[in-house]
Amino acid sequence: MNTSSPSLVLPAALPLDGGGVLPRVEIAYETYGTLAEDGSNAILLCHALTGDQYVASAHPLTGKPGWWERMVGPGKPIDTDRFHVICANVIGSCMGSTGPASLADDGQPYAMRFPVITIRDMVRAHVGLLDALGVDRLHAVVGGSMGGMQALSLAANWPERAERVLVIASTSRHSAQNIGFHELGRQAIMADPRWQGGDYYAGEAPDSGLAVARMAAHITYLSEEALTAKFGRNLQDREAKTFGFEADFQVESYLRYQGSGFTQRFDANSYLYITRAMDYFDLAEEHGGRLADAFANSAARFCLVSFDSDWLYPTAESRHVVHALNAAGAPVSFVELSAPHGHDSFLLDVPALDRVVEGFLK
Amino acid sequence: MNPAPSQLRPDLAVIAEQVTPGSRVLDIGCGDGALMRALRDKQCDVRGVEIDGASVERCVAQGLSVVQGDADRDLSEYPDKGFDYAVLSQTLQTAVRPDRMLDELLRVGSRAFVSFPNFAHWRTRAALMFGGRMPVTRSIPVSWYATQNIHHVTIADFRDLAREKAARIERDWYFANERPIARLGANARAEFAVFELSR
Repeated sequence: MNTSSPSLVLPAALPLDGGGVLPRVEIAYETYGTLAEDGSNAILLCHALTGDQYVASAHPLTGKPGWWERMVGPGKPIDTDRFHVICANVIGSCMGSTGPASLADDGQPYAMRFPVITIRDMVRAHVGLLDALGVDRLHAVVGGSMGGMQALSLAANWPERAERVLVIASTSRHSAQNIGFHELGRQAIMADPRWQGGDYYAGEAPDSGLAVARMAAHITYLSEEALTAKFGRNLQDREAKTFGFEADFQVESYLRYQGSGFTQRFDANSYLYITRAMDYFDLAEEHGGRLADAFANSAARFCLVSFDSDWLYPTAESRHVVHALNAAGAPVSFVELSAPHGHDSFLLDVPALDRVVEGFLK
Repeated sequence: MNPAPSQLRPDLAVIAEQVTPGSRVLDIGCGDGALMRALRDKQCDVRGVEIDGASVERCVAQGLSVVQGDADRDLSEYPDKGFDYAVLSQTLQTAVRPDRMLDELLRVGSRAFVSFPNFAHWRTRAALMFGGRMPVTRSIPVSWYATQNIHHVTIADFRDLAREKAARIERDWYFANERPIARLGANARAEFAVFELSR
């Protein structure tokens, strides 16, 4: 897919955790605010699974506002009058950075020939971008959900690169439940006859499978309370049940809309690769099995935030990271915020989050 | 902008004054971070633990490193002697097991400061003796059924506990009417006390 973002090609092939290299890596990114002359005000913002670099500018395909406009902009908690915010599309994705839809050396899309990547591979690419942009040291690395995993990975593997690490609604490892939901999504895509083993780029994409994957995932992003408050058992544009399999309930209609909308902007193979990277994520495993050791060389200040209604990456996962940081003697703040929306709270209107983010980044 | 140590609550002011500049300090039950700010001004590396989320949020917004957590449960994750000082202000009497809390303080810190309201203050005694009811006083302001203070303690009790725990009382301070008073007769005269301990 073409995007309007600036992009650059990393000067060297990218070594990958799974062995081998990605030969030509293009990174599409957006920046907001001006980089200070001494380079001290850069913030790397890491996006979530289906996010992209359009943090605070309109999405080129959907025309919708940026996904974190409430947080990032002039006078906002991540104040672009003060900070130079950089957000790059992760490798494996489909908004301009190299992914399974990109062309391989033979001029054909990689499709399933794309190597399986990890969160650390994504971050390695980000570090390559920062090098190319001349940003040695970040004021902060910030991310929610999968973005938080990237922030933790940067702190653990490139400890000298960020002075502050802000991790929102995230985890240091994927749980069996997390992996289970992702596998459901992947199987839905691969069961779509149009998936064709991933070689669908010349024809029709497996939109039905991708939509089902998105519907299932979307449920995990919301709390039961939020779904009940939003839809309850309300019927969609009808007086009574139809005794059929139309979307009788508002919640069904909503999920179908979310699913089909998603297929307009996302590549099914990218969904496979990125969910795989998240499932493989286990920061302790990368560091000899002890999470505290992951942060042994870090001099950064950390802040972790969880939400009480998030059952995808519940508070216990953030606490697990906080325990490790305490054991490592790292300066860490942690707060569980009360918000009704579930995992998606980090994207929604939670004024307490604004205050924490602004205060921590000061 | 930050309150000077003299504007701190008297027990916190004593602690802020005693802590050596540049020390590593763990403030357990740090509340809104008043002591932490004072210690930060003394170039201390100070961390907080606080159970109330709204207080944690205010601390983080001021750039303080505070972890939302329960001191009864979460101190165990801190390494031995990771801090020069562990501070427990007005929190001992809320602990599930104050004796174990004291052990933990002296495990994570080389020294500990403990402050608490004195249940043997004459006003408390009088309320119980003449009123026959659980006292509600300036230093114990909440009714018995709503108070977080589940282990009321007197100065004499605390000294006994320190002895049992082989904790050395390095220094002690006593306060009534927001002012320091002498040690003599403090168990009846002091509204609250501050102890500096080591082991």
